[in-house]
Amino acid sequence: MMCTTCGCGGGEMKIEGLDHHNHPHDPHEDNGQHRHGNESRAAHVHAPGMDGRRMVRIEQDILAKNQRHADTNRRYLAERGVFALNLVSSPGSGKTTLLVRTVEALQHRLPVAVIEGDQQTGRDAERIRATGVDALQINTGKGCHLDAHMVGHALEQLQPVAEGVLFIENVGNLVCPAAFDLGEAHKVVVLSVTEGEDKPLKYPDMFHAADLLLLNKIDLLPYLEFDVDVCIDYARRINPKLAVLQVSATRGDGMAAWLAWIEGGAEQARSARERALRARKTTLEQELAALRSRLGEAH
Amino acid sequence: MHEMALCEGVLQALEEQAKIQHFARVHVVWLEIGVLASVEPEALRFNFDVVTQGTLAEGSRLEIVTVSAQAWCLPCGEKVSIRQYFDACPQCGSHQLQVVEGAELRIQQLEVE
Repeated sequence: MMCTTCGCGGGEMKIEGLDHHNHPHDPHEDNGQHRHGNESRAAHVHAPGMDGRRMVRIEQDILAKNQRHADTNRRYLAERGVFALNLVSSPGSGKTTLLVRTVEALQHRLPVAVIEGDQQTGRDAERIRATGVDALQINTGKGCHLDAHMVGHALEQLQPVAEGVLFIENVGNLVCPAAFDLGEAHKVVVLSVTEGEDKPLKYPDMFHAADLLLLNKIDLLPYLEFDVDVCIDYARRINPKLAVLQVSATRGDGMAAWLAWIEGGAEQARSARERALRARKTTLEQELAALRSRLGEAH
Repeated sequence: MHEMALCEGVLQALEEQAKIQHFARVHVVWLEIGVLASVEPEALRFNFDVVTQGTLAEGSRLEIVTVSAQAWCLPCGEKVSIRQYFDACPQCGSHQLQVVEGAELRIQQLEVE
């Protein structure tokens, strides 16, 4: 069955709760009807009927469509003052355990919602829901990353609570998710110390795209030959502005700093929303005053 | 890995442009790909052939224009050439670099009829 909002249908992508529509990532059935909007076509039309071959200049980003969806998601989140984080890592970095511990600690202080991305199964969303937090699973089928279109539909379904935090756990893959903006405030890359310390050099795109590196499983450092300083130095060669926090999700090291980082971001999202609402109120009051005076009404 | 998704993005842009600019066939597609765009040209070509089968661009030629990477070096205060994100400034050895070019993923132009 086709999605009623954007007409997409077919393929293997599935969003939990939208199973009936078997939602795909097929851009060819969009019909320009999509909720995410801003799909307006260029206004100029060339006269048809020219003979033979001709050159057409386009100058268009290949990921422009993803970017439009990402911008729409970002606007949706900003309007609600939701602080969204896109968690990326290779498989096995402990991302889901870290997330479970994080939402357990955070859920009594802030509204929390989670979007889980995996190729198959709803296991991760079930792990999150066991904590009492709302979670929605996206299965990408053969897809190696989440894109902004999938996340837009997940937001419709999940409806994260205003002024809360949204975690998007991307597909375990240190390559492709780097290229796809989902509308998040920050990409957070999780690297565990059981991986190579040279991973930032091997997969530079992700470390360049991220704003925060969580170095996880540091409780295991005594048993490993992992040089934390070297790893951080490699990561900062790629991204000099990268923030780094060392954590152990299982033992709790560094979790307070990580939670404080999240709460700081959530506070910024909240106050930005409040500023926007106040600005809108002022504009509306001015418009109302102008209309009243035009109608000769007294206050 | 995501070259398939990129090719679908290209095809969609072609189909949109075909309606706007009134063409029925695409013969050549020029793409600008930055060296930092994490795209393998060979994988892109392979996927492009697969994705365009049975479309207005079936059998079309893909021309990939490689864009080299440039970064702004903060200590030097000028633009320098790099090849990878973790490269140091070739002049001063600093890693305080801000990439300004080389992440492009753009459709430049088409030959159509």
